[in-house]
Amino acid sequence: MASLARLRLSRTLPLRGVRTIQTSADTTQLHTTAPTDPAEPFTVKLDAESFRSYKCDGPELEVEVTKNQLLTMYRQMQLMRRMEMAADALYKAKLIRGFCHLAIGQEAVSVGLEHGIVPNDRVITAYRCHPFAVLRGGTVAGVLGELLGRKSGMSNGKGGSMHIFTPSFFGGNGIVGAQVPVGAGVAFAQKYMGEQNATFALYGDGASNQGQVFEAYNMAKLWNLPTIFVCENNKYGMGTSAERSSANTEYFKRGDTIPGLQVNGMDIIASLQAVRYARNWAVNEQKGPLLLEFVTYRYGGHSMSDPGTTYRTREEVQRMRSTQDPIRGLQRYIEEWGLATEQELKQLDKDAKAEVDAAVAEAKASPEPDVADLWTDIYFKGTEPPSMRGREREEVCFVSYIRGSSGN
Amino acid sequence: MHTTKLTARAAKRLPSIIVRRVSFDEVAVAKADRKWQRRWNSAVVEPPPAGGHLPSIATSEILRTTRDGALRTPGLTFSDEDASGSSSTIIGGRETRKMNVYQAVRDAMSIALSKDDSAVVFGEDVAFGGVFRCTMGLSEEFGRERVFNTPLTEQGIAGFGIGMALMGHTAIAEIQFADYIYPAFDQLVNEAAKIRYRSGGQYNVGGLTIRTPTMSVGHGGLYHSQSPEGFFMGASGLKLVIPRSPIQAKGLLLRSIRDPNPVIFMEPKILYRSAVEQVPVDDYELPLGKAEVLVPGSDLTVLTWGTPVYHCETALHMLNSPSPALEGVIPKSLRSAKVELIDLRSILPWDVETITESVKRTGRLVIVHEAGMTAGVGAEIAAEVQKRCFLKLNAPVKRVTGWDTPVALQYEKFHIPDAIRVLDAMVETLQY
Repeated sequence: MASLARLRLSRTLPLRGVRTIQTSADTTQLHTTAPTDPAEPFTVKLDAESFRSYKCDGPELEVEVTKNQLLTMYRQMQLMRRMEMAADALYKAKLIRGFCHLAIGQEAVSVGLEHGIVPNDRVITAYRCHPFAVLRGGTVAGVLGELLGRKSGMSNGKGGSMHIFTPSFFGGNGIVGAQVPVGAGVAFAQKYMGEQNATFALYGDGASNQGQVFEAYNMAKLWNLPTIFVCENNKYGMGTSAERSSANTEYFKRGDTIPGLQVNGMDIIASLQAVRYARNWAVNEQKGPLLLEFVTYRYGGHSMSDPGTTYRTREEVQRMRSTQDPIRGLQRYIEEWGLATEQELKQLDKDAKAEVDAAVAEAKASPEPDVADLWTDIYFKGTEPPSMRGREREEVCFVSYIRGSSGN
Repeated sequence: MHTTKLTARAAKRLPSIIVRRVSFDEVAVAKADRKWQRRWNSAVVEPPPAGGHLPSIATSEILRTTRDGALRTPGLTFSDEDASGSSSTIIGGRETRKMNVYQAVRDAMSIALSKDDSAVVFGEDVAFGGVFRCTMGLSEEFGRERVFNTPLTEQGIAGFGIGMALMGHTAIAEIQFADYIYPAFDQLVNEAAKIRYRSGGQYNVGGLTIRTPTMSVGHGGLYHSQSPEGFFMGASGLKLVIPRSPIQAKGLLLRSIRDPNPVIFMEPKILYRSAVEQVPVDDYELPLGKAEVLVPGSDLTVLTWGTPVYHCETALHMLNSPSPALEGVIPKSLRSAKVELIDLRSILPWDVETITESVKRTGRLVIVHEAGMTAGVGAEIAAEVQKRCFLKLNAPVKRVTGWDTPVALQYEKFHIPDAIRVLDAMVETLQY
């Protein structure tokens, strides 16, 4: 086994001479001093190795940010991590059942994406969906309520972990890759209606090998749709490393005629800049689809039943956590650039924890859906079949029953 | 694996050949029918024609070939009908036109596109009219932005349509043959059917309609003659409709497009040209979830949908007035049996009430479908009927279906239930 591990390690080492992206979370530089006005923009410079581009020039390394924005991003990233940690605890306490996939370590992608788009842009992703659901207009209590299968959940407790939606977020999705052509259809409707918006269709490095992802690339390019394909490359598709599943691990180059951009997904400022670039590409310049690949890392296992240490070493996880953590990276920027003190940031941490604790309590207090809800939301109200079968013998719902008990 | 896929794709690329062969077949069938008529009158017993005694759909009494008959189609409601007007005066002013099924389908889509700005029609080769001509001229009429070709991308087409419908659009997608719906199965069953439920009612794809040609064509073989309706039976949230004629196709398709649930609309491909009726030209709908009693009866219920409707009709005639060749095998006592013929039309959800009401009266049920027997739609219906009508049944529910084999290119006519097999099942059930 030891020799096998060595062999595997050697395969993942970058080839000498090939330029690789760097994934440090704290290499962005401030050359002047930050302004005192928290809303006044100032410019910082990204590391030269933050992006690799394919058939496009890629974004500028100079990024405009404000103190307010950086502090908001910090607060949101903390909130997302605390929420996922709470979900982890609730799952281990056997309060969350079913499947649960956490995005701890990937916060710079979800928060960076939200800060680079506008509310009416659309987002669709796969099962690691909790942060997007909150950032796109949901609440922590709504997400946790859904995970617990309670009425207060964002899908009324009927969906669960992968099934959380908001008006601009077309949800998590349990079928690997299925959301990608759906995203192309959403983008087509935006274009058809003349909306000045784009759709961001997210998927992982594992899903990128699904046939329908390529079907969607082709349609989006053929019809010049404002679809941004976003590959969150966290290096493992379940327990299989990218190198062992993909002949071409440069996911940003897989769109063939669709230009691509590989992004340091651990530095939130690089993520933000990439999303701004992509949105501008599709909406203002109307150049059609673009493929964004965020190189990121998930600290936990694929799902709750995966310890996440059988296909990678504990040292690898530890190294990523201690040297390339996106939250610590942003924290360092904020402190080094004199935007807030350690004390002030600690207060933000505490606030996030308190918000999540309150949300957990709120979600736990909510009741489970009514038994009658088993038969609602299957067909449009009033068009249901006369009867539908339930889970047990003789458990049959007649339409009159649904209508009667839901008070309509 | 590779070869079979390539063959299927290659077959797709030869649509005109398939269409031409359909029309050739009709001629052959019509010829056989004339021979049959001659034989009917002669006392000499000849060997049957090689293709078997298949009647022509053109002479079916089920088809409504007059304007008056068309306007009196049960359940037909004009969408622009003024609720205050009396139906007789409205019927008086309505026009009909002679159409076959593909023309009726085209007419329905044309109405949907002109009345709903968000409606879009897409699929493989639809801008050129489609392999069965259902979208002929729509692209020219409504523009290439609204009627467009897709790549050979069934899973993509379904996913793309779902995305559009999520945005509130009316997405009318075509899967070129029902045999190709399997790559889209995941999108239809996991996404389209479940999105309303799993989003707690926030999202739905009610605007999605998937049209697809289904059932046998006589020589379609493994990938062009399948009837996949049974595979969708467990997908609550979907609706599935199969029309039998031009009037039915237009009314049911318009209703399917406007139904607030995703609908799979399977069009029996042999009927595209062979079934002809006078079809009301105005915008009208026929209800989903309702079966239609085509021939009332009291001794036996025959339930079917799509192409076999016409085989069953022929079998009814054979039972009541058998040809000399059949006289010996049909007992005289059965010739006056009154058989009720029902077209199910909506496969999911299916009209339990109409079927069980009928079987309670007749005490006997024969179900006919082209798909294989094991876990086909007939299995579900038979199980439900025996539960609800157990004490009224005088015979076991009989199923006449395709065999549990792939639909082979050779002997396809022996695979698909024909009038003789239906007749045999009726005699057996009546005599039980």
